[in-house]
Amino acid sequence: MSFVLGLRCRSCGHRTALAPVHVCPECFGPLGVEYDYTAMARSVRREDFASGPTSMWRYRALLPIGDETPVVDLGTGFTPLLRADNLAQALGLKHVYIKNDAVNPTYSFKDRVVGVAVSAAMEFGCRTIACASTGNLAASVAAHAAKAGLQSYVFIPADLEPAKVLNTAIYGTNLVAVNGSYDQVNRLCSEICDTFGWAFVNINLRPFYAEGSKTLAYETAEQLGWRAPDHVVSPIAGGSVLTKIAKGFGELRDLGLIPAGRTRVSGAQAAGCAPVSRAFLSGADHVSPVRANTIAKSLAIGNPADGDFALRTIRSSGGAAEMASDEEIIAGVQLLASTEGIFTETAGGVTVACARRLAAAGRIDPGETVVLYITGNGLKTPDVVASVVAPAREIEPTMEAFERTMAGAVA
Amino acid sequence: MAGRTDVSVRVPSPLRTLTGGKGELSARPGTLRALIEELNGTYPGLKARICEEDGSLRRFVNVFVNEEDIRFLQGLDTPIDAGGRVSILPAVAGG
Repeated sequence: MSFVLGLRCRSCGHRTALAPVHVCPECFGPLGVEYDYTAMARSVRREDFASGPTSMWRYRALLPIGDETPVVDLGTGFTPLLRADNLAQALGLKHVYIKNDAVNPTYSFKDRVVGVAVSAAMEFGCRTIACASTGNLAASVAAHAAKAGLQSYVFIPADLEPAKVLNTAIYGTNLVAVNGSYDQVNRLCSEICDTFGWAFVNINLRPFYAEGSKTLAYETAEQLGWRAPDHVVSPIAGGSVLTKIAKGFGELRDLGLIPAGRTRVSGAQAAGCAPVSRAFLSGADHVSPVRANTIAKSLAIGNPADGDFALRTIRSSGGAAEMASDEEIIAGVQLLASTEGIFTETAGGVTVACARRLAAAGRIDPGETVVLYITGNGLKTPDVVASVVAPAREIEPTMEAFERTMAGAVA
Repeated sequence: MAGRTDVSVRVPSPLRTLTGGKGELSARPGTLRALIEELNGTYPGLKARICEEDGSLRRFVNVFVNEEDIRFLQGLDTPIDAGGRVSILPAVAGG
């Protein structure tokens, strides 16, 4: 942890020593990692990143991992940043890029945050890692535990999509399916964390875990030639990713690694679970919890831990927030696939659908360079699109049969 | 739960310095507001850790009555019957 000073409350500023804890002893607020940015600015250079691995660990110096710590690495990150001209045209924009995190080792961006959390857990000597998950985190924790030789417990809502359950169970974890919503799973896990003392990556390791999302910003900037985009659209589940993407660009500016300027940060939610977007649209100061009811299960967090931070980030950056119906979400998945050849899960459909709404409402300027963060792979949620894709034409293995079907298609 | 005449209250580890290390407390049935006052009487300082000066719950504290977030119930006026369960948790995790 070469530039890490310790933990500091993101609400009241109280400082405390580095430990696997997430709650401020003074105000119960969320603890965050505090860095020595002065020392960092003195020693971190663009060239250092270029000579690093082509993975998220390229940016290790900016992450809360000690210099000597062997990281638990599945080969995460440095995912493609793809220019999306076809999608841009469909959205009425000119410069759209897709950050394709669907291609990470366990097929979602969660590998970034888990990579940091599990490496930190090993530094603290934890032997059991755990999480409460809407699906993607589950797979990532199970896979990293396998790689690190650690025991793991993964808690999910019992009605999670089968593909996600399989993608988690395959790594050999203790998978616990809870009869309840994600918010209920989360609440239960806070109690279990307190009782069993396991390293829950998104509970007591949250200060370290959250930092992994900054790499989404770092990579975007490096891949754009060491500059930040004008505008980004991020999905909002717990609110951490959006907040940390903004933090990542901010750090690069403060460290002089990219030019001064501003990146507008907009948020995307499903209409069936949009506590942050509703707060934004109604002008409320705080986010109120909702009961989630949406096909975008990865984003089905009715009580987002970083909701207020996300809301504040959206407003202060000049961004906006939108919400998409289940139909729009499916259309979003199809639009990305048919314009850019990328198959994303429902969370990605939410991001594309909300970008479409934001563009139509004039909240994204056509001239802006925009990056959409596509956070998960379509194979995680195949059932939602199964009914809308064109079926295969089934034929006998004869030329006549094929010609008949071609004639049928033309007519 | 049959036959219980009290309410069980689960407190998170940051509060256990005030309760002599106990994570499970007992209180009388009634409103959540009254329950907090009662616990504060037994464990002075507890209320100030979870409530603001005006008596409202602190920003980062979540309270659940029978596994339901009180913001979906009647907030601090939520009644808790004998045999009920209250859980006080920091609001800062998950996702």
